[in-house]
Amino acid sequence: MDERMLDGNAGAGDLQELFAVEVTQTVGVCEACGMEGPLAEAHVYSLAPGLTLRCRGCEAVLARLVHLPDRTLVELRGLRRLEIVR
Amino acid sequence: MADVRAETPRARTLTFDLPGWPGHRAGQHVDVRLTAEDGYRAQRSYSIASPPGASRLELTVERLDDGEVSPWLADEARPGDEIELRGPIGGYFVWEPARGGPLLLVAGGSGLVPLMAIERHRRAVAPEVASTVLVSARGPEDLLYAGELEGAAVVTYTRTRPEGWTGYARRVDEAMLAEAGPPPEARPRCFVCGPTSFVEVVAEALVALGHHRALIKTERFGATGG
Amino acid sequence: MPSITRGFRRREPGGDESRLPPGQHLVAGFPVLSAGPTPHTPTEAWSFTLDGEIDEARRWTWDEFRALPAEPVRCDIHCVTSWSKLDTEWEGVSLDTLLDEVETEAPYITAWCDGGYTTNLPIEDITDGRAWLAYAYDGRPLEPEHGGPVRLLVPHLYLWKSAKWVRGITLRPDDEPGFWESLGYHQRGDPWQEQRYWGD
Repeated sequence: MDERMLDGNAGAGDLQELFAVEVTQTVGVCEACGMEGPLAEAHVYSLAPGLTLRCRGCEAVLARLVHLPDRTLVELRGLRRLEIVR
Repeated sequence: MADVRAETPRARTLTFDLPGWPGHRAGQHVDVRLTAEDGYRAQRSYSIASPPGASRLELTVERLDDGEVSPWLADEARPGDEIELRGPIGGYFVWEPARGGPLLLVAGGSGLVPLMAIERHRRAVAPEVASTVLVSARGPEDLLYAGELEGAAVVTYTRTRPEGWTGYARRVDEAMLAEAGPPPEARPRCFVCGPTSFVEVVAEALVALGHHRALIKTERFGATGG
Repeated sequence: MPSITRGFRRREPGGDESRLPPGQHLVAGFPVLSAGPTPHTPTEAWSFTLDGEIDEARRWTWDEFRALPAEPVRCDIHCVTSWSKLDTEWEGVSLDTLLDEVETEAPYITAWCDGGYTTNLPIEDITDGRAWLAYAYDGRPLEPEHGGPVRLLVPHLYLWKSAKWVRGITLRPDDEPGFWESLGYHQRGDPWQEQRYWGD
């Protein structure tokens, strides 16, 4: 168990600034294994040059986020879809 | 920052005046960002300790020895200082009465902070909802909010104990959760917060006891989060 | 312009700052940065593969790898997140030793690793004594959290190029952006030219 791993609660601030929706309850579906769950339960690795969100079931990369000095790059390839609670 | 008060030798509660604060929900957190004169910035998340409706925002911060932000907040910050906060953040790890009860709040170390916000909120607006607070602390000098929890929480000490202690003295496990908490048939809303390994062990233990995974909410604090 | 926080400064040990590339600062410990769970590959299961645009793919088992000539390496390391460590000590096999056994004209390489991490480099950056496969740090076998059993070590570039948990290098005709290079980080990463991000 990697003590440095956090969960989607920790990554929420960054993601929420971009998406303007409540991110921790947003359900993501893993493209690799199909597992569904709130992003709060995803595994977050943020002690790195960027933030990586991984599926708690298969550890596949769901999403990545990098802050450059003048812009933020986001990759969502590992998420088959998002379901945003309204 | 309006006020500062010590909670334990390693932790303080910081009180903020925030005109324009939109209010928050019990369990949410804020991101704190500090900026040095040379432009260096460090940012960390801290759970809000004060319940919704309190007139001032409170954060309880425990100093991590090799932390970037917590040493400043826990040792240096004084009334009158200004810091940057982003938030409130979170909709998953929150509770309000509409989410029902009873509550089972399981805290490892400083994971108690958001659970205390939930417990304070419950006491203020829905005291008829039953709650069990189970806290794991290294020793009596590490237990946050000891006075407020006196007699109202189940505490387990994992390293040192007070003189004459007859309570739990081991890491949280299935047997402890079964003894201290409501049974799965009561469908308690479980909130687990603390270091990653603590949260993993407790969440799995709750599932093994028969608690429904959908009723278990988790929030992991990093050991390097400070 | 963010407000300055009274009395806040980064924690910094003393040291020879003249050896630091622009924008870097010294750290006392050895920070562990990762984008995923730490792989734990036992040496019995470990192998290293050289493949792609070469005459014939090569593969070394752990024993075969450890039988290759190795050397101590003392170097400064620079992480793109701005921390640096001076005079770190490693033991490893020079990439020249492995590449000397193959014929290739490939201009680029991709290092690939347990856990899925990849990084790309021009081949000149791992030859002529510029890169190693490191299996020991500070006199002890390399810990998994720092990339053990074996990591790539390319100290003249930012540390994200020194791929942890490396299992192979593929020689390529094209420069294929790796894990961080595909999301904003520079394809080469020379800290002395501060090549941190795309467009630097």
